[in-house]
Amino acid sequence: MKIYIPLDTVAVALGADDIVAAIEVEAARRGVSVEIVRNGSHGMVWLEPLVEVVTPSGRTGFGPFTLADVPALFADLAAHPKALGPVADLPWMQGQTRLTFARVGIVDPLSLTEYEALGGLTGLRRALALPKADIVAEVTASGLRGRGGAGFPTGIKWKTVSEAVADRKYIVCNADEGDSATFADRMLMEGDPFTLIEGMVIAGLATGATKGFVYIRSEYPVAIRVMESACTVAQQAGVLGDSVLGTGPAFDIEIRVGAGAYVCGEETSLLNSLEGKRGVVRAKPPLPALEGFMGKPTVVNNVISLATIPVIFERGAEFYKDFGLGRSRGTIPLQIAGNVRFGGLYETAFGLTLGQIVDDIAGGCASGRPVKAVQVGGPLGAYHPRSDFATPFGYEEFAGQGGLIGHAGLTVFDDSADMLKQARFAMEFCAIESCGKCTPCRIGAVRGVETIDRIAKGDAAAIPLLTDLCNTMKAGSLCALGGFTPYPVMSALTHFPDDFAPMKEAAE
Amino acid sequence: MLDAATVTDRIEHILEAHQGMEGPLLPILHAVQAEFGHVPQSALPGIAKALNLSKAEVHGVVSFYHDFREAPAGRHVLKLCRAEACQAMGADRVAAHAQKALGIDWHGTTSNGAVTLEPVFCLGLCACGPAAMLDGKPIGRCDEARVDDLIAEARA
Repeated sequence: MKIYIPLDTVAVALGADDIVAAIEVEAARRGVSVEIVRNGSHGMVWLEPLVEVVTPSGRTGFGPFTLADVPALFADLAAHPKALGPVADLPWMQGQTRLTFARVGIVDPLSLTEYEALGGLTGLRRALALPKADIVAEVTASGLRGRGGAGFPTGIKWKTVSEAVADRKYIVCNADEGDSATFADRMLMEGDPFTLIEGMVIAGLATGATKGFVYIRSEYPVAIRVMESACTVAQQAGVLGDSVLGTGPAFDIEIRVGAGAYVCGEETSLLNSLEGKRGVVRAKPPLPALEGFMGKPTVVNNVISLATIPVIFERGAEFYKDFGLGRSRGTIPLQIAGNVRFGGLYETAFGLTLGQIVDDIAGGCASGRPVKAVQVGGPLGAYHPRSDFATPFGYEEFAGQGGLIGHAGLTVFDDSADMLKQARFAMEFCAIESCGKCTPCRIGAVRGVETIDRIAKGDAAAIPLLTDLCNTMKAGSLCALGGFTPYPVMSALTHFPDDFAPMKEAAE
Repeated sequence: MLDAATVTDRIEHILEAHQGMEGPLLPILHAVQAEFGHVPQSALPGIAKALNLSKAEVHGVVSFYHDFREAPAGRHVLKLCRAEACQAMGADRVAAHAQKALGIDWHGTTSNGAVTLEPVFCLGLCACGPAAMLDGKPIGRCDEARVDDLIAEARA
């Protein structure tokens, strides 16, 4: 009997390890031999832990699985109270276009054989036969833009590094996924680490870099463990090492662990941290593409950007580019979080409206109450009211609504949310996490908390002051932490003025 | 208390293991914290000397990052997520409950040294909040009752 039980942090947080132990005990008691594979998560968090059993008709899912459901697994499976049928046939899975996440949940994350059987390394083999300029051109033609949030064209960044002359170059993968509502990087690293490794190797071929780093936040112990193991497997198989797949140049990867600083998700701060310094933001220019890690030309890309490279080379830039809308090409792994009935990861072409995502896919609030606001793009993203629900999911489309898509995380709040409190939290978070280098962020965030407290006490004169402060932070900060904190603050103030009304507390 | 000679000796081993690494300070500090449970002040001169940095520079790095402790934590560390997705599921309420039950504020340790309570900003469990972590073990849908169980487990 072959059983899949995810090793993904979500499944573990909901009891997967205990279920594995219970199944082993029950199987031993019954004298049944079981093979348990720890796979990635399919991304349906409300069904986790999602157990799958291999049957003659394919993999059948059971979830959300509890310890009480273990004995019935050894009886008539069709009659199991948590039977879901084949996971691939569930509506959540059917609605998606899984390109970057094609293998996540399906393969054993550390089996290079399974990886190759499902298309893995095909893209790398193709890239190995191409000149550097053609690899870069393919990425540019795919229309891929930085999935970390900035949306900068990946091909252009690679071109700059590729054409730079230096004795050493680096590929740095930004896996410091600190934004609330985002977990795509974590899921990818835990569920299909070779995709990221392959993407980084191709980036090395394209730019002449021979060394890669994956900077993973310390809050992700499972992802760190899986990535470290996957690098060892890749080194033993010759995917990484002195000669990529025995024919290419050298490329190797080292896993580095962050230390709890949110600002290190900003690329220049990350580079300082990687060099062993305080994670303070650097002024640009010089661009990291020219003077990055240790002053050498460096590609800094998000996990999802790099993990999307293999499918672009496997299926071609044109194939990838055909998905999406406007200047947002390809697919985006939406991460639906907060107060939702159906939360998790949903990879789809750009272009769904916010309303389709929140009402149809997520099924509204878990609490059963109306949706009040959706914060799109993490702690630095705007709070959107229902009146923004017609906005299609794309970089320019959200910018046009005074927001951003960021790393494509969506946090849904029901009508019990107090938007003044959310605005205050945005400023408080910025004050806690500011690296301290620039004044608008370091001082502005502290003053922001104080100003919002004045508004809460009924001081209407503090409202224009807050607006002015937000303008200063937006225009004067060195990086997105201070520069984008005004998005959640001003969107809360603009769209939910009742929560900021004078004497709000007295009225209540 | 750790005596200085023991610290120096164990730091030497850690420094040796990180030789040849590019930008080794964070990996070294993680290893020091794994060894001692915190980064002792007495470890800084040796690290500074090996990396050709001033002691102040090493101190600056240690104090910049939330992860590095200058003093040992309690026997168990309970982290509760304070970020937005967990707030949408009642994390503030759960945190207030935990603080009251333990009788401590954020970053505090119970007087018997059993539990340290820390805020964390996102564990990547945003679709099953409120999220928590007890001694490195992730916990989803951590409501007040679950916090009570965790506290009982940690105090046992």
